[in-house]
Amino acid sequence: TVMAAPVTNDQSWFFALALGVSFLKCLLINAYHSTDFEVHRNWLALTHSLPAAQWYYEATSEWTLDYPPLFAWFEYGLSHIARFFDKEMLVVQNLNYASPATILFQRLSVIVADVVFFYAVKECCKSLREDKGKDLLGKPSFILTVLLLWNFGLLIVDHIHFQYNGFLFGVLLLSIARHFQNRHFEGALLFSILLNLKHIYLYIAPAYGIYLLRCFCFTQSNDNIWSRYNYLKIWNLRRFIDKFYSSLFIKGQLPQVLSRLFPFKRGLCHAYWAPNIWALYNIADKAFSILGVKFKLLDINKLPKASMTGGLVQEFQHSVLPSVSPLATLVCTVLSILPALFRIWHRPNGARGFLRCLVICALGSFMFGWHVHEKAILMAILPLSLLAVESREDARIFLILSITGHYSLFPLLFTTQELPIKIFLMLLFTIFSLTSLKTLFRKGGALLNPLEATYLLGLIPLELICEFVYPLTVWQKTFPFLPLMLTSVYCALGVTYAFIRLYISLLTCSDSTKKIKTQ
Amino acid sequence: MENWSLFSLCVLLGLTSRWAVSFHSYSGAGKPPMFGDYEAQRHWQEVTYNLPVHEWYFNTTNNDLNYWGLDYPPLTAYHSLVCAYVAKLLNPEWVELHASRGYESHSHKLFMRATVLFTDILIYIPAVLLYCFYFCDGSSKQKVATALCILLYPGLILIDYGHFQYNSVSLGLALWGILGLGLGWDLFGSLAFTLALNYKQMELYHSLPFFCYLLGKCIKQGLTRRGFFQLAKISLTVLVTFALCWMPFLSDPKQPLQVLHRLFPFGRGLFEDKVANTWCSLNVLIKIKTLLSRETQLFLSFALTLLFILPSSLKLLSKPNLWQFKLALVNSSLAFFLFSFQVHEKSILLAAFYCTHLGFCLFLRLMFFLFVFFHSMLPLLVKDGLLLPYVVTSLAFLFLSLYLLSALERSTEEELRLGLYRKLTQRWLPKLNLSRIIKWKFWFSLVAMAVLSFTSVWLEPPAKFPDLFPVLVSILSFLHFLGFIIYFNLVQLMEPQRKKSQKKTN
Repeated sequence: TVMAAPVTNDQSWFFALALGVSFLKCLLINAYHSTDFEVHRNWLALTHSLPAAQWYYEATSEWTLDYPPLFAWFEYGLSHIARFFDKEMLVVQNLNYASPATILFQRLSVIVADVVFFYAVKECCKSLREDKGKDLLGKPSFILTVLLLWNFGLLIVDHIHFQYNGFLFGVLLLSIARHFQNRHFEGALLFSILLNLKHIYLYIAPAYGIYLLRCFCFTQSNDNIWSRYNYLKIWNLRRFIDKFYSSLFIKGQLPQVLSRLFPFKRGLCHAYWAPNIWALYNIADKAFSILGVKFKLLDINKLPKASMTGGLVQEFQHSVLPSVSPLATLVCTVLSILPALFRIWHRPNGARGFLRCLVICALGSFMFGWHVHEKAILMAILPLSLLAVESREDARIFLILSITGHYSLFPLLFTTQELPIKIFLMLLFTIFSLTSLKTLFRKGGALLNPLEATYLLGLIPLELICEFVYPLTVWQKTFPFLPLMLTSVYCALGVTYAFIRLYISLLTCSDSTKKIKTQ
Repeated sequence: MENWSLFSLCVLLGLTSRWAVSFHSYSGAGKPPMFGDYEAQRHWQEVTYNLPVHEWYFNTTNNDLNYWGLDYPPLTAYHSLVCAYVAKLLNPEWVELHASRGYESHSHKLFMRATVLFTDILIYIPAVLLYCFYFCDGSSKQKVATALCILLYPGLILIDYGHFQYNSVSLGLALWGILGLGLGWDLFGSLAFTLALNYKQMELYHSLPFFCYLLGKCIKQGLTRRGFFQLAKISLTVLVTFALCWMPFLSDPKQPLQVLHRLFPFGRGLFEDKVANTWCSLNVLIKIKTLLSRETQLFLSFALTLLFILPSSLKLLSKPNLWQFKLALVNSSLAFFLFSFQVHEKSILLAAFYCTHLGFCLFLRLMFFLFVFFHSMLPLLVKDGLLLPYVVTSLAFLFLSLYLLSALERSTEEELRLGLYRKLTQRWLPKLNLSRIIKWKFWFSLVAMAVLSFTSVWLEPPAKFPDLFPVLVSILSFLHFLGFIIYFNLVQLMEPQRKKSQKKTN
């Protein structure tokens, strides 16, 4: 009966979870931070000390401004608070400046900006179908809140590695929640804002475009004038935003901004391969070349050098398979998301269908995109959490995708000091998601089939080998990148599998609402 | 969700916060020539690894006792030795004789932190889990909540992972002792407690309750029959454990005497620094330290400590049940802290640990915790550069306990066990609502502490009284501790029996 006190109070548990995770974030202030910390410090400095017209031309630091203008304005706003912590961090020439006050300010800015995320999660919970009469730990909204607020990836990337993803995902989730609540106009506005904060969300723009066009403008109802009017409203919104942009900058800046935002000079894969199709493609290429040399089908002298030394350099030269151009990745990406877009055009299936399509867009571009970062997997995992607490099949996909995707983030934190914390946090999140989803979908047997379970359990020996055993062996010096390669290839299998399953679930389930009722 | 997953989530949360605190500074970081407790522990590894056993506690050319000489019992020394072997494997520079003094590096810090985490996982955390599983009242969820609160107890985390010590070993062993006694495995319990005693002499604070509980139980069984055998078995276990621990020092009678001399340094005076005990607080009014001779001081403190322990011990002897045992643990540790000779400010941690966790009214626990924390930790942790984790973990703990265990709702008179007081007061003040008074008192204390800790961290004291804030803090805390010891003694002595419902669950 004592536990009943907090349980009956509807709001307090959310507050407790949010506050708890904020305390944890505060404890991580002194943890390792990557060069992204310096990137954001530099942006604070340059937005503070230069007029807006020069922001995208400034190049004192190698970390030039490569986020869209609205984010630059966000940094500009932050810099006015930063003054009260340490003025020195706002000097462009102070490269790699990291006084304790600077660290405290930047970390706190991430923690405080997450309030947007908290609000968005709260709004998302409102749009869930709730089962009444369950205890708190079995409630879908409670599980969803933990899955989002305590998300391993966000904690690692934002509060240790250092980025502002929590706040950005907050805007995204809020926009999704607005669509769930049939407030499409607000949803569209929020998404446009989001695009201007970070352009990586262009990946999911097709889902938004098709969904809005289909459900908002070309509705099959008789109310044609109304929908035409809606169409105009959205179009006007777009134009308003473009105006907003051009007013901020002197004309002629656009090409410069675009060249900063879309640097196509980088290679197909990041230094550490993101676990996608190209990781599998690279490894297949490597296997073919090794086999070819072994069976004397290939001449070792004719092969490009980098591919045989085992080092993962930026420009990966394929030796057997054809090299991949940016255009090819673009075509692959578009092809991979087209069926999903067609599907929601013909059978929109409400906001849930849209959300599923959004996840597929995010995952499709992650799988086939050019120079994808491993962090981009969060764009699929976080929205998928919303679906996971509502249907059994989605829960299963979520488990596979989140566990492999989160594990593939491990190489982000390579310092020994952070090794225990990433393992503890990963276990925390994984155990919670496994057991809570299992209890949520208690009826109908195990969530994962034996093969999937074995695959996921295989991550444990993989981690042991990569981070504990391998560094002690002699190969560490000759092939230092082998563990990274193993990790990304192993995770790529899981991510690909989840992608295929997600596609199947989109194409086969005729009406998701019916299915849930029968469960 | 199943219990095992909830328990494992608690453990993981505890581990995460422990390791996150360990990112911060430690005592004496970069402060030559003496450094701090961190260097003391490292130095003990150096000494035990390089010197033969009979030199460990003696001042020799290779062992300068004035530089962090070993002053803990043999088990600590053995632990240091084991750590030193690992350190030698990883990097011989860490334990090199003389040359390694004041050695500091990032990887060495990692190593030292990892040793603490290892012992914690090995000894302390399993004990806490078992304790919550077997001895907490209520539903399984309440057990989990209690386990979470104990695992996130900031006092221990900050001292072990911030300041740097191995308190979790001695506390964990003592907790295993309590577990053993509670489960009826008296031999195992006494073995664990003897080990705790041989790890840190401060566990003597609890030796009397352990002794009285076991003796009382044997007397109950009849000293002429089964009880005698039981008593003989227990004493044999204790003696053999002691003998094993002290084996290397038994060859020469000089050795154990020197060890004892190191363990109980009576030469250091009645108290050091600002401690919230009787002597330090009295010293503001009367300069006891200079007025009385060393022997009188020693006698006085001994007599007073005994006076305050005896009632609860005798009660426990006559009624050896678990509830009395827990209360006696609290009373005896408080009495030692308030009245004994040469008390260290960190020793309140021990008293506080039992007080906050052994399942009394939560509201009282929190009040107690606050004072302890406020008083003894703040100056220490500010000195170590641990203000941030201090603020974060203590706020988190307060919030968590208030939320999970909903403290203020539970502070009814029944919970506070104030029934008898009520009968007394009702005669003269019929309208007095005790529980409301106590609630107000709680908030008043909270505000007073917040104000005082703010001033002591951020404000300069007046030039006339440079020690004004620390003295105020320690007097305020002392008054509260005094109130606590009187309250707990009264509860133990007046409570005739526990309620039936609680008896069942125990």
